[in-house]
Amino acid sequence: MEKMSRVTTALGSSAISGRTMFCHLDAPANAISVCRDASQVVVAGRNIFKIYALEEDQFVEKLNLRVGRKPSLNFSCADVMWHQMEENLLATAATNGAVVTWNLGKPSRNKQDQLFTEHKRTVNKVCFHPTEVYMLLSGSQDGFMKCFDLRKKESVSTFSGQSESVRDVQFSMKDYFTFAASFENGNVQLWDIRRPDRYERMFTAHTGPVFCCDWHPDDRGWLATGGRDKMVKVWDMTTNRAKEIFCVQTIASVARVKWRPEKKFHLATCSMMVDHNIYVWDVRRPFIPFATFEEHKDVTTGIVWRHQHDPHFLLSGSKDSTLYQHMFKDATRPVDKANPEGLCFGLFGDLAFAAKESLISSDSNRKPYPGGDRRYPIFFFKKPDQTEQFAHVSSALSVFETDLDSNCMDWFVKTAQLYLLCGKPFAELCDHNAKVARELKRPQVSTTWTMLRIMFSDPANLTPGPNHPLSKLGTLPLMNSFNMKEMNSGMGAESRLERSKGESRQDNSHLEPGNSLISNNNEDNEETEGSDGQAEYMFGDAELDDDDLYSMEHDNQTEEQEYTLPQEAFQLRHEIMDNPSAPEHLQQDKADSPHVSGNEAEVTCLTPIESFSLISISQPLFTPQLPASFFCPIVREMLSYYAEKGDVQMAVSVLIVLGERIRKEIDDLTQEHWYTSYIDLLQRFELWNVSNEVIKLSTCSAITCLNQTSTTLHINCSNCKRPMSNRGWICDRCHQCASVCAVCHHVVKGLFVWCQGCNHGGHLEHIRNWLKSSAHCPAGCGHLCEYT
Amino acid sequence: MVNGEKERVSLLFMKALVSRGSVDAVSQQMASHPQYLESFLRTQHYILHMDGPLPLPYRHYIAIMAAARHHCNYLVYLHSAQFLRVGGDPVWLQGLEAAPPRLRLLDHINKVLAHQPWLTACSHIQALLKAGEQCWSLAELVQAVVILAHCHSLCSFVFGCDTDSDPASLSKSPNGTPPTFCPFDAANGNANVPQTLATPSEHITRRRSLDSSCDMVCLKEKIQKSQEEREKREERLLQTQGLQQTDMEEEEEMICFADPTRFITDPDLCYQEFARREEDHFQVFRVQDYSWEDHGFSLVNRLYSDIGHLLDDRFRSVTTLPSMHSPDLKRAIWNYIHCVLGIRYDDYDYGEVNQLLERDLKLYIKSVACFPDATKTPVCPLSLAPLKPSEQIHVNLLIMEARLQAELLYALRAITQYMIA
Repeated sequence: MEKMSRVTTALGSSAISGRTMFCHLDAPANAISVCRDASQVVVAGRNIFKIYALEEDQFVEKLNLRVGRKPSLNFSCADVMWHQMEENLLATAATNGAVVTWNLGKPSRNKQDQLFTEHKRTVNKVCFHPTEVYMLLSGSQDGFMKCFDLRKKESVSTFSGQSESVRDVQFSMKDYFTFAASFENGNVQLWDIRRPDRYERMFTAHTGPVFCCDWHPDDRGWLATGGRDKMVKVWDMTTNRAKEIFCVQTIASVARVKWRPEKKFHLATCSMMVDHNIYVWDVRRPFIPFATFEEHKDVTTGIVWRHQHDPHFLLSGSKDSTLYQHMFKDATRPVDKANPEGLCFGLFGDLAFAAKESLISSDSNRKPYPGGDRRYPIFFFKKPDQTEQFAHVSSALSVFETDLDSNCMDWFVKTAQLYLLCGKPFAELCDHNAKVARELKRPQVSTTWTMLRIMFSDPANLTPGPNHPLSKLGTLPLMNSFNMKEMNSGMGAESRLERSKGESRQDNSHLEPGNSLISNNNEDNEETEGSDGQAEYMFGDAELDDDDLYSMEHDNQTEEQEYTLPQEAFQLRHEIMDNPSAPEHLQQDKADSPHVSGNEAEVTCLTPIESFSLISISQPLFTPQLPASFFCPIVREMLSYYAEKGDVQMAVSVLIVLGERIRKEIDDLTQEHWYTSYIDLLQRFELWNVSNEVIKLSTCSAITCLNQTSTTLHINCSNCKRPMSNRGWICDRCHQCASVCAVCHHVVKGLFVWCQGCNHGGHLEHIRNWLKSSAHCPAGCGHLCEYT
Repeated sequence: MVNGEKERVSLLFMKALVSRGSVDAVSQQMASHPQYLESFLRTQHYILHMDGPLPLPYRHYIAIMAAARHHCNYLVYLHSAQFLRVGGDPVWLQGLEAAPPRLRLLDHINKVLAHQPWLTACSHIQALLKAGEQCWSLAELVQAVVILAHCHSLCSFVFGCDTDSDPASLSKSPNGTPPTFCPFDAANGNANVPQTLATPSEHITRRRSLDSSCDMVCLKEKIQKSQEEREKREERLLQTQGLQQTDMEEEEEMICFADPTRFITDPDLCYQEFARREEDHFQVFRVQDYSWEDHGFSLVNRLYSDIGHLLDDRFRSVTTLPSMHSPDLKRAIWNYIHCVLGIRYDDYDYGEVNQLLERDLKLYIKSVACFPDATKTPVCPLSLAPLKPSEQIHVNLLIMEARLQAELLYALRAITQYMIA
């Protein structure tokens, strides 16, 4: 009520009334302005300069100020302003750089009063002082602002922004001496009208030109700016540094901004390009316009509230040559059409969902969330007193907290750590991994592993026969000798390895029958493997392999076979089986002892194999078996399923364990994608070792090369602390030997191992030996070094 | 030139070398204005090689079409090679008829923009965007227009810098292989390694082009010899209109070297005096009604993201180039070019143009801006004796940018009108 009374007092006796209406202009408008009593509006443009009276239901042309047969460029207006104190006084900014004042009280047809041609470039803006009758300010493309006293022929002061073109100047509504200027380079400056030498304050408001600014009519500290960067910002100027308090993102560059009278948080904007609408924003709700006027067919060039105390009437001029009066009640409210539902995930997997209260309550059969459903209904009630508020939307916000346990990734970490990806026979790996999964209560994964084992394992496994131990015992020595022979004949390490794999397969498959000797061997293997893995710290992989091959082959040849399971053997075997033209003995062979046949297939020319395979001929034939490749499509689907489901761990683990069996079925890009995702996950959980192992075991070149990057170690000289550029052991600058072995006191050239705790170290061998006998640092520093 | 600037230039060249395998003659000419060169290269790289709605071969083909309008052998050649390098179909290079119909549709707007940009109308845009099998999307069209305008104006620059009009030099071209397209011999080291000893004949040619070429004095100081050598040859390439006579070793280069007239229709169309007549329905283009800063930028940036900033940067840097010219003279040149292209500034007194620009300079500007076509008889002798070489480069840059902006303004205004309609 109080507000209403204030409005009526301000409006005086003649309260404004009207309706949404428009009139055609002859030409595009560039700017409009109203007189103080809101009864007339002036429209200015390149080819138009007219005054219209605002009547109850129409615009009536009162006066055409554009006179003369061939009007000069002085009539081509970029901006116009009607004085708010003196109702006969107008000022225009001409595109040719002139500032013109017009006196409507003149008796002649030409109302031009004064002409200031001091600006060299287009004048973008003119502004009368809100309370001072004779003070006029102009801002021009040439970068200057000029203050005119209308009683004098020239400007009284010139302000140089030292920036680029001035786009807008506005006197503060409350501070008598202050005005704001906005610039093409994104700056806004505050000036004291009495001090033309230097601005009081400057800040960068936008990227790109600031096209407009407007002081809040009531709040003295607030300045709204609009720029080409499509933003409207509200600045609090009362603080030392201009503080951005609100920001509205629009969809096009902001050409004009005008605070709405009597509404503290409302402002109207229009755009210079592309977007023809006028928006009224509540700056507190910057994501959706409070109201929209969509009448214009071309860009809106001028907007003005009809009366400085009446928020219901907005006038606008446009390039489409129309002048509109918009009634606020006729505005479109985008919020009505907006979708009041929202959905968002929180950092810890919480899910927030907001929807209209009505929608949610009507949904009675909504089940509580199993993981502990907590609802936080939040109501946004606005005073339903008038339409002047944001549409009264009450929405309910539900927050679904996910169960912490179900969300935690412990299973991932454990699985990653416990899974075995290599180093054992295939079936064992599967069994192990199945067990791991089972213990982590992931039955599906566990079953998958078991099924994989069944699908891809040697069929001999499934039907253990009585003569197995026999054949095994028989084969073993033979294999040994065979391997040796091969070595002698100079075969490559690979084929040897494969061959021995075939063997190992056999061994494994017969583990269950209970050959104690073999199982012992296997256990041994496991141990040595483990220690090997740890001992890797200094050696390259290749080296290690070689060592193993040569050193261990003799005592238990089953060992290193298991390193890389020879998947090829199986596929090849099946190829052969499918191929009827294959030699007789081969087929037979394969049927008998599939483990060896793989080797055969690969090196059919080698006679020793044949002889060997003949031994186990007594084994029964396994006729009703499906080739492993039969399952490949299913497995491929399964892998994709897991990957899609987000369990890329499973996909990658299976991929590695199955190795060649499945690799060709899946395109490299997908594989690479899985690998990278999994490695990324592992690294996020800081499972460096596992991730390294995965990288090592992957067959994608793009992945394996991850281990090859940034392998450079830069060393600084221990004396002069400078980087050692050339050689690792002698410093170029101080000519001191930098790295001396703490044990033998000689220069270490080559592998240098040092304790990360005390930084002492030396030859790998020396340190290793030293630490066997002593726990302390060989340098005598007293540090308890640990070399693992 | 200051040391820092030198380094800046060599850094830019290095970058260009790394990414493109060559530093073209144009960049080397611009090297006297490093800060401009930087934004120029960035824009060019962006529109030809970076993200955008058009496929890469299309972009180069459009560039070929644009350069062909002005019979700019150099640019046609350059983009033909790049066209093939990015996997363009060599058949297209046989001529416009061999190109896809979508590209052929561009011919009209190419023609208009190149010679009489004020004729660009909403209807042209409409014809291209008209739904159908061969229609363009708005974003594609904007990129195409930017490339067209860029290449048209670059033709002006190439033409303007090619000051050696000594006809004798045309016949003798000792080294036929255009060096721009030989991938820079990166194995021999980078551009900073001075090459030893040029052959005597190369010395002679270098001196000749040193005398004549506008920028060589500066260039010599800051670019290393290897670059100079190549530039020399490139200069010769520029001068050599009769490239056909040279031996081409590679098939690709044979194709590359396509006669520009294949890519154009209506070869007689050229610039006509823009005169404002009352009965003429071509209105004068008023910058105050449609300016780059207010309108063009927003539109082009909306339809082809980031290009607005890059172009803005170019326009800005060309106006802030340090030079002997006074700001007034610069503005006079700029506005004069816009004026001959039908763009007027309300706030400019065109009398100033006549005061500040001598008749020779005006003729020069006009012929470079409007007739950058060496096959036609030049309107005036292309010599700017009173100007220092780097100043002449500066004038050429101004011409290029003013022309670029003018074409963009016309095209973008037409697109705006289309969008409103």
